[in-house]
Amino acid sequence: MTNSTTQHTNGNTDYAIEAKDLHIYYGNFRAVKDVDLQFRPRQITALIGPSGCGKSTVLRAFNRMNDLIPVARAEGEILFHGKNIYDEDVDPVEVRRRVGMVFQKPNPFPKSIYENVAWGARINGFKGNKAEMDALVEESLRDAAVWDEVKDKLDQSGLSLSGGQQQRLCIARTIAIRPEIILMDEPASALDPISTLRIEELIQELKKNYTILIVTHNMQQAARDSEFTAFFNMDEDRAGYLVEFDKTNELFTNPKNELTEQYITGRFG
Amino acid sequence: MRQHFDQELQRLVDEVLRLGSEVEEHITKMTDAFISRDLITSQRMIEADKAINERRIQIGLDCLTLVATQQPMARDMRLIGSVLEIVGELERIHDYVKGMGKISLNLGEGPILPSLDQYLPEMAEIGREMLYQALKAFANRDIDLAKRVPAMDDEVDALFNQLYADIVDYVKSEPEQIHRANQLEWALHNLERTADRTINICEWVIYMVAGVYTEMNMGEYEAPPNKVA
Repeated sequence: MTNSTTQHTNGNTDYAIEAKDLHIYYGNFRAVKDVDLQFRPRQITALIGPSGCGKSTVLRAFNRMNDLIPVARAEGEILFHGKNIYDEDVDPVEVRRRVGMVFQKPNPFPKSIYENVAWGARINGFKGNKAEMDALVEESLRDAAVWDEVKDKLDQSGLSLSGGQQQRLCIARTIAIRPEIILMDEPASALDPISTLRIEELIQELKKNYTILIVTHNMQQAARDSEFTAFFNMDEDRAGYLVEFDKTNELFTNPKNELTEQYITGRFG
Repeated sequence: MRQHFDQELQRLVDEVLRLGSEVEEHITKMTDAFISRDLITSQRMIEADKAINERRIQIGLDCLTLVATQQPMARDMRLIGSVLEIVGELERIHDYVKGMGKISLNLGEGPILPSLDQYLPEMAEIGREMLYQALKAFANRDIDLAKRVPAMDDEVDALFNQLYADIVDYVKSEPEQIHRANQLEWALHNLERTADRTINICEWVIYMVAGVYTEMNMGEYEAPPNKVA
């Protein structure tokens, strides 16, 4: 396999999305520097690193979620289908439709389970009739492995579900608008171990259709769930940077960088 | 950080070294008993195998406990994985010691071939030294040494071939002694396999340090340690 960290091909269609020379600032503070990362389609990549290393900031850069922070700005490029998503003519709402996101804490709307899934599709221009919307809701809930648990109470509030079910509902909401990429920011860290494993099983299923980037503090989760792992650290100026990117099997058994070794064996971080 | 885990890992290493040096000692003791037809020591070496097996199992279980409780990664995982393999090899080496003990009892008190008297201790000593060097490489995480130890096996093989030929001559000259000769050949074989198992230990030491497992094939060894300048 090519060492993706060193390959620079403008708009390479082998990649679902890629960051090139990415720097992210909060005001004058450089939070992330020099990130070059490529993600192949329908693969799961874990982003790991100590607190404050910028991994969530990097993740949010892939669908311009950092735009919502007034002082945040990105330099460099994030290429999606060969187009830099930070170009002026790109609509961030459209970016977020095609690059979906699942957050750490399940955040269903205070609406019915059905509406939680249907709403996103509707505002993103879903034109189907009621039967077609029903079908989309069912398919999305099925794909998110939560259908059997909610099919008899679709009109109940999404907030009535357990934490794990809420998170799967949020995943259903994300996939209802058919993104190409799903960003997950610690999607299981607020859940109990059984719910966590259900989410992890689900992620493996979703991989068949989506490219998944997952930020996790849980090293075992990264090792279990991903095919590639990117390890970030921060420098003396507290700017996050990419230390090592490799196949997960390789990175967790024989990391090339001593910092990675120290981190994954629990000697620092 | 992880002081307790580090202590547990060090304890594993110490246990392997203790087990290994006992196996080393028994190779020499058993060979001496074999040559001197000391049936009491031979019997003791057979009995000692039980304790060696138990210790091997305990070290293996300790490894698995660390896997379950500490979720080792990278260097730690490779150390634990290598220890699991290395104690298995040590146990097998001691099975060869036990095998020689059984043969020794079967042979009774009568003398064995003069050439075996002369060269078996030498062969055992090279095998023991190989094991010592392999364990040293393990203790010091010395990949260069681990790569050099297998070359010592050439001397073991040469002695094996020479003694094997002597046993064949023995059978030719005294065909009625074929059963006794067969037993001697097995004893020789046991000693020779000891060295082969030690090469496996070296392979795991290299994996432990470098993260890459490669089988060290015949003729591809680096210079043996005693040839190091």
